[in-house]
Amino acid sequence: MYKPKMELTPEQLDILSGKEGEVKAKVLETLVMFGDMFEAPRLVKVTHDDGHLVTSFGIGLLKPLFSTMDKLIEAGITTKGKFTVDPRPLDYKNVKCNLLEKLVFSKILYSQQARYEAQLQAVGLKNMDGFTCTCYLPEVGNIPKKGDILSWAESSAVVFANSVLGARCNRNSGMLDLFGSIIGYVPEFGFLTDEGRKAKWKVIIKTTKIPEAQILGSAIGMKVIEDVPYVIGLDRYLGTELNDTAIAYLKDFGAATASNGAVGLYHIDNLTPEAKELGESLLVNDYKEYVIDDAELERVYKSYPVMWKNKEKKGNLVFIGCPHLTLKQLNDWTDKIVNGLKQTGRKKVKVRTIMTTAPGVLKEFKKSPKYNELVATGVKISSICPLMYTNNPLTKSRRIITSSNKLRTYSIARYYKDEEILNYIVGKEVK
Amino acid sequence: MKEFKGRVLAGGTYKGEAVVSHQGVNTLATFQKSALKNAKEVIVSDQNNKDIYGLNITGKALCLPITIGSTTGGLVIQTVCSMGIAPSCFLFSEHIDSLAASGIVLARIWENSNVIAIDELGEEFLNSVKTGDQIEVKEDGTVIIL
Repeated sequence: MYKPKMELTPEQLDILSGKEGEVKAKVLETLVMFGDMFEAPRLVKVTHDDGHLVTSFGIGLLKPLFSTMDKLIEAGITTKGKFTVDPRPLDYKNVKCNLLEKLVFSKILYSQQARYEAQLQAVGLKNMDGFTCTCYLPEVGNIPKKGDILSWAESSAVVFANSVLGARCNRNSGMLDLFGSIIGYVPEFGFLTDEGRKAKWKVIIKTTKIPEAQILGSAIGMKVIEDVPYVIGLDRYLGTELNDTAIAYLKDFGAATASNGAVGLYHIDNLTPEAKELGESLLVNDYKEYVIDDAELERVYKSYPVMWKNKEKKGNLVFIGCPHLTLKQLNDWTDKIVNGLKQTGRKKVKVRTIMTTAPGVLKEFKKSPKYNELVATGVKISSICPLMYTNNPLTKSRRIITSSNKLRTYSIARYYKDEEILNYIVGKEVK
Repeated sequence: MKEFKGRVLAGGTYKGEAVVSHQGVNTLATFQKSALKNAKEVIVSDQNNKDIYGLNITGKALCLPITIGSTTGGLVIQTVCSMGIAPSCFLFSEHIDSLAASGIVLARIWENSNVIAIDELGEEFLNSVKTGDQIEVKEDGTVIIL
């Protein structure tokens, strides 16, 4: 038996010694050994039982994932609460593929998808609509309270939960997210502690207009890497209340900080809960400063490499919604596209365009007349993970453009600002 | 001959070749191609990492600051360990990151892997060790560049 360095309760020691079975002992041993690597003094209770898992894809190469899931199921182990999970990697109905691409997706890349989804259901998946990276949206309903301890993974969801909701969660890897949800305890270190939530950077926004969320997040992520930034000056544009506009902005901003760096928590002066409560006392004494103006944002934007083989050609596939779009974002995009098409005299978008959103959000959106308006423009709406789609080497021949900095980072998709994408798809401007 | 002392996360002894990355190693990008092909060796497929791109790291001592990238990173390390194609040692100059830590723990506990992990070896270690150097790793976390 592993000799823990952290202090465990008698009940936890019993589990570790195998009194509740060998598999559960190994689950706890994993959490304890992991926590010991970070000098965690103990395990703390997960107070928001509903988990969120990052691994949503039955990618054939992850054989240990499937065998571990089998062991959990055989031992009758389930999570304390239910869990949501990242988006599915496939949606042939809305994200059409040719025969060869389908073959690679279904027979090689994601050959274990059906098996894995059945395993997820057996262990505690909330429901078959629970596949999204934006589990914290009201239409999905996995919403922790301020101060809640979580066992989540998915970098964009963790940074949102920590920063916007004021919950407490470390940047967990796949599998550890599940194990914390099974035991109901996680090691206490990092973002779970007051000290770990202090900001090492003061970021001062001096732009002349609201910064593009995805570029601002990218700039900050690349500068602070894994540190916590305290951002001043954004409340001038976002206000001091977490309304739908601010939430959508912070979702995209946070995802970019987490993928272009490794940020797990940020504070926005006068806006996010801990910044409102504690202000600049959240800064450590010897904090560093980063000033962002229009020129700095443009420098960052211009630094993104174009990875296409033929850089001069135009994009032929647009993905909007990584992370998945909120209901407000879907409504706003609909208005902009419909109005843009009126201006250019077109009925349909100029280029194949896919918007991605959570299944729960899509259900709500379908109740609105805007849904038919958007579909009439030729835009497809899906709940796929665009990132998983680009894992197929055959899709690399497609020239994907996106306003997601996360998708840009993990694929060869080319980044454009929202306005540039809008102009392109309605036929105003061709790049 | 230079000697460094780190913190033992997963102990063991090793004598062999070092492969050095001065930038964070993107786990998924590094291992994905070889794992997908069910290859017998890992040839690094991360084109963004010029230090180790194209090198064979199976059975070597991978010297790095930390790992970066997708939160699937831990599972990927577990997977390549289970396939027997992982590096023999992960030697971190900084404190181990949570994704690599997960991978090492998952590999040790669930795959009975004897992968070695030592962290906090310091910046000087990474500045001193070169790809192709022969190194020795001792049970107590001592790393000697021979």
